[in-house]
Amino acid sequence: MADARELFLGEGSGGGEGSKHLHVNMGPAHPAMHGIVRIFAELDGETVVKTDVEIGYLHRAFEKDCEAGPYNNAIPYTDRLNYVSPLINNFGYSSAVEKLLGIEITERCKYIRVVMSEISRICDHLTCVGAGAMELGAFTVFLYMIKAREFLWELVEDVTGARLTISYGRVGGVKADLPAGFDLKVKKAFAETRQVLEEVHSLITGNRIFMDRMVGVGALSKEDTIAWGITGPLLRAAGVPFDLRKTQPYWAYDRIPFEIALGKNGDNFDRYLVRMAEMEQSMRIAEQALDGLPGGAIQVDWEGKAIPPDAYVDLGKQGKTEGLLLMPITLSPNLQGQDRSAHDRVNAHDKRVILPTKADTYGSIEGLMNHFMLVMEGYGIRPPAGEAYFPVEGANGELGFYVVSDGSDRPYRVHCRPPCLPPVAALPKMIEGEMVADIIPTFGSVNMIGGELDR
Amino acid sequence: MDGTAILARLRERLGDGVLATHEYRGDHTAVVSREGLLAALTLCRDDAALGFDMLVDVTAVDYLRFPGRDDGPRFEVVYHLYSVANNHRVRLKTPVEQDDPVVPTASGLWPIANWLEREVWDMFGIRFDGHPDLRRLLMYEEFEGHPLRKDYPINRRQPLIGPKV
Amino acid sequence: MGVGTFFTSKLDEAIGWARKYSIFQYPFVTACCGMEYMATACSHYDVDRFGAGLPRFSPRQADVLFVVGTISHKMAPVLKRIYDQMCEPKWVVAFGVCTCTGGFYDNYATVQGIDTIIPVDVYIPGCPPRPESVIDGLMKLQDKIAAGAQRY
Repeated sequence: MADARELFLGEGSGGGEGSKHLHVNMGPAHPAMHGIVRIFAELDGETVVKTDVEIGYLHRAFEKDCEAGPYNNAIPYTDRLNYVSPLINNFGYSSAVEKLLGIEITERCKYIRVVMSEISRICDHLTCVGAGAMELGAFTVFLYMIKAREFLWELVEDVTGARLTISYGRVGGVKADLPAGFDLKVKKAFAETRQVLEEVHSLITGNRIFMDRMVGVGALSKEDTIAWGITGPLLRAAGVPFDLRKTQPYWAYDRIPFEIALGKNGDNFDRYLVRMAEMEQSMRIAEQALDGLPGGAIQVDWEGKAIPPDAYVDLGKQGKTEGLLLMPITLSPNLQGQDRSAHDRVNAHDKRVILPTKADTYGSIEGLMNHFMLVMEGYGIRPPAGEAYFPVEGANGELGFYVVSDGSDRPYRVHCRPPCLPPVAALPKMIEGEMVADIIPTFGSVNMIGGELDR
Repeated sequence: MDGTAILARLRERLGDGVLATHEYRGDHTAVVSREGLLAALTLCRDDAALGFDMLVDVTAVDYLRFPGRDDGPRFEVVYHLYSVANNHRVRLKTPVEQDDPVVPTASGLWPIANWLEREVWDMFGIRFDGHPDLRRLLMYEEFEGHPLRKDYPINRRQPLIGPKV
Repeated sequence: MGVGTFFTSKLDEAIGWARKYSIFQYPFVTACCGMEYMATACSHYDVDRFGAGLPRFSPRQADVLFVVGTISHKMAPVLKRIYDQMCEPKWVVAFGVCTCTGGFYDNYATVQGIDTIIPVDVYIPGCPPRPESVIDGLMKLQDKIAAGAQRY
């Protein structure tokens, strides 16, 4: 006989067997603004007994698309992998292809990559902490973090021309040099960001509600974190001082001192504290890198008279090329930072890989042919056949690009090792045994970015 | 340990299991036979000197259209390993034939291999023997074919709803 | 003709005016455009001044469906179901070029434009669109809402 509880709640078969587990589907369209993941949870009352996480709702065939075009064509696709810190993806992919080619980028380019990566990392942590706090009810924190992110996006827009999907990295360098007065803008933006971080600290770090929901929730032991292949802030929150910028430094990270933020328990609150500390460290790194930027102050020198590009090309066509290459050319504003002196400072000196400057392309036949050979189908950047894996420290952990080349101008295989795949794979382990409301802060602290997870 | 020492230790312990080793652009790679794969991975994880406690990535490459490898095995499953304690990396590769695309699973050694191998199954169609739950990870169950294979055209669409183009 | 018609047309205008300034959108966020949606919704660009400041994360409670970000074939049935669950009057905004035409993802995984599965009212192109474009699209949507245009 069914008891009253079963009849009313509809649990069990009504045959007096007792209650069964409730299946709850946190489906792909859910309010946590993290993108789309499906968590199918089996609940015993409020406790989560078993979960199944289903991903792939944002699979956009990144790897197959990269095989379809020349090497630099993959850069816009990499922007959209981890779309909150797109510069790190760009530079990671470019570095993998540079490793395959065996070329070395200039010192100034290394420092620029460090500065822009750190700005991207701060944007990623701001979004993660903001969204995570919003889901727990702290909407003000979200608004403050997005305000700070706007200041940083203004910086990114100044350098690259776009706010989010910037396609700034190139194989062998970056698209353009930093604009004039950039370090002052960075100082201002960082001052505002530091103020926002202070306000957020005062709002939630000691807050009883926030701590109750985050402390001791979603913890993963040190051994489990390593066995699950988790890197980045989650591993550092568990107490392992693994940061690719320190253990296997690349670009200019070995010359810039900074500290690694470490946690103790590996729970959500430690992950939050690690991210907040990392933002401060990133600002330190970026400021030091700007102070130590080689190639002197960011300025363009204009000696001699400058002529517009169409006049330049006309003189070239008429054969009046004597001294033409010595005269500077006025470029359109969206080509700012790509004039000859800046170009040589930030791009590797390898004509098989880097497009020549506009002045050379318009003014000399060698430049024109070089440009043609790099752009036409079948000719472009052609690394020798082989493979290379280059890991960088993304905002979520080790972001690796594995590139296989067959000697032609298209990559044979590009694989992105997403740093947020291991934490999402370990999500069932983190939430089984916890209550259903604990899924939200745990999922928020994992910082799953759909573009990177599903590629 | 530096890369050459790692490869030397693998050769010494696995003998015939290691088909080839090479170093290219600073990356040290060992090509391991399919039969010796599980022994190699177990050795990498458990040996004190190697100590590869983190499986960074499992992926595969389809060499169907690679110039100069027409007669060789079609696929290669690639494992990237990292040791947190010793701070060194190695890459292990296993050749897999087209008619018999099966490889032993590593999910008993590292739990993350579960999802990484599901992705390789989804994208390439390489089965993992002993895997507890081998189903698609990124594509939907009704999808036919394995998209990252070289003979799958990039814009062959199989929509669940909507027009077929 | 007469007073009756005058009242009806004025009433329609009033309803249109009320509807356009109380937009409860369902932001169906999938990808990178979501970041620009968040930027538009927050303090700097502020969609709240258009009455669209309260997103309703349930299709039963929303009247505008903002499809933000790439829709893959795996996600398409979910999108259709969400659209079907909304009650009339409802409008759909295709935010970002992936929802308008598929963007540069011309491959096996991406729906080439959500108008192949649900009807769309306003298309906001951009990859991702700047918040100014989003606000422009929102104002066009407001004109459409005020005109009382429905598709059936």
